[in-house]
Amino acid sequence: MTSVHAIEADNLVKHFGDTVAVDGVSFAVPQGTVLGMLGPNGAGKTTTVRMMTTLTTPTSGTARVAGHDVLREPAAVRRSMGLTGQAATVDELLTGRENLRLIGGLYGLSRSYIKRASDDLLERFSLTDAGSRIVKTYSGGMRRRLDLAVSLIATPPVLFLDEPTTGLDPRSRVELWEVLRELVRDGTTLLLTTQYLEEADQLADRIVVIDKGTVIAEGTPLELKDQSGRAAVVVTVSHVADLPAAEKLLRTQVDEVHVDESSRQLMAAANGLADMTRIAGVFADSAIELDDLGLKRPSLDDVFLHLTGHRAEDGAADTADDEEMAQ
Amino acid sequence: MSATTETTSGHLARPEIRDIGLLRQSLVIVRRNLIHIKRMPEMLMDVTIQPVMFVMLFAYVFGGSIAANAPSGYREWLLGGIMGQTIAFASFIVAVGLTADIDKGIVDRMRSLPINPAAVLVGRSISSLLHSSIGIVVMSVTGLFIGWRIRGSVLDALLAYLLLLLWGFAMIWVGIWVGSKMRSVEAVNGVMFTTMFPITFLANTFAPTENMPNWLRTIAEWNPISSLVQAVRELWGNTPGVPSDAALPLQHPVLTTFIWTIGITLVVAPLAIRTFRKRTQD
Repeated sequence: MTSVHAIEADNLVKHFGDTVAVDGVSFAVPQGTVLGMLGPNGAGKTTTVRMMTTLTTPTSGTARVAGHDVLREPAAVRRSMGLTGQAATVDELLTGRENLRLIGGLYGLSRSYIKRASDDLLERFSLTDAGSRIVKTYSGGMRRRLDLAVSLIATPPVLFLDEPTTGLDPRSRVELWEVLRELVRDGTTLLLTTQYLEEADQLADRIVVIDKGTVIAEGTPLELKDQSGRAAVVVTVSHVADLPAAEKLLRTQVDEVHVDESSRQLMAAANGLADMTRIAGVFADSAIELDDLGLKRPSLDDVFLHLTGHRAEDGAADTADDEEMAQ
Repeated sequence: MSATTETTSGHLARPEIRDIGLLRQSLVIVRRNLIHIKRMPEMLMDVTIQPVMFVMLFAYVFGGSIAANAPSGYREWLLGGIMGQTIAFASFIVAVGLTADIDKGIVDRMRSLPINPAAVLVGRSISSLLHSSIGIVVMSVTGLFIGWRIRGSVLDALLAYLLLLLWGFAMIWVGIWVGSKMRSVEAVNGVMFTTMFPITFLANTFAPTENMPNWLRTIAEWNPISSLVQAVRELWGNTPGVPSDAALPLQHPVLTTFIWTIGITLVVAPLAIRTFRKRTQD
């Protein structure tokens, strides 16, 4: 079975008793791309990932990973994917290398392969020096990186990451993003859940926004920002003296203009690139000298607020505690 | 590393995943559990220092005031009891290990791999039996120091050890059941302490049942642990047998122990597997 989609969710539903955790989630991820699953705590992201990785049986619906159905061919699904769960599930009493060997051994990989792959992964994740230390002595960021390395020991074509950077300090987070980008360059298909809008914006080709167990929006980060329709054209004039003239000119194009004297900026609600190009043309024809003219798109945070009526990180335990000092 | 095994950015290409079968998968997990013991030898205290301490306590503190029917007195008689208690606690060891692995997401990680799902439980069971076996060896050596001897035939002696292992096997299922049911290691500790201690004490483990009040004696003599303990004592030649008014199980301890281990396994194993599935698949 070949499929251009490396991951497909087909109307996944999961009930826990009377609680509906996931209520009909569908999406498809083309091979070699990154899907960001964005939503607040309790939105149903983890349950969706658990169903797609054969850990939880769906109440109804199904999913396919690398063309294999999670219900009918769970073993084939497990051979095609790696999973890094929400908590770093590495073994604390084992060394980094022993963790890699444990999982590599269960995959039935040869000893010599495990050795070479471990060297390679430890180096890629900047863990070469820590490889022979027990994981208990690792910092939060190191554990996460090892966790990811362990998921990659058999080089799975599809990788599921459930909130890979939750609880990491900003520096570790950026480092992990870089590693993930590299994986995608190598052809891995990635599905990552996140509460961080910035993370989805940085990494994902497409985003599905999940709230209360259903997909409430889907698209590229750009499309989602456009959807909320609150982009603004920002014009910065070179001389404060030009501000009144610029404002007058802008009002011929749009109704509402905001003037900020201190930054010599004018802001006008716009519907996207078309508006901006038109406004740029008008200024080009005028004698007003500009420092800058650009389109300010709403952040994904604004998008989320627009879609759900509440902020994405409401109630989220956003403790980006600095664990790098743990050892 | 030859160029053919590398991807464009210099990393290793996809290796071949092989199904090495349930047994070898389980042994990979056993190896990991044994590394745990190597890193934290204090994990073995429950089968080393603790039972040795019990032997010393009972043999020297209470021993003088307990009359036991054994060739060389209470100390020899006591050892079978300590062995029975040690192997009963195999359930405790399985439960604690399993709960910790579920709690930390290790079980989920393993279930996401292309392995036989039973490997997680089989691996845990084998390493727990090894763990308990260390206890049996330590107890035997301790016994030899304080005057315990095997006075029966070699075959009978081996049968006694086999019964202990069988009992341990039955206890594994109890451990899997409790371990899957409980949400934390603390909860397992609570449940196991409040059940296993009374169960292993309300028996012939530390004191002969003959001197107990009638109602208590009936409970103690029907306690499955008593059959096991009586069986190993008789097989090792540490007791001439129970008085004729003892309850039926103690009259035929070896047979009763076989029946108990099969019975416990048949009843608890399906419960344990169902609870484990429910816990991990939801």
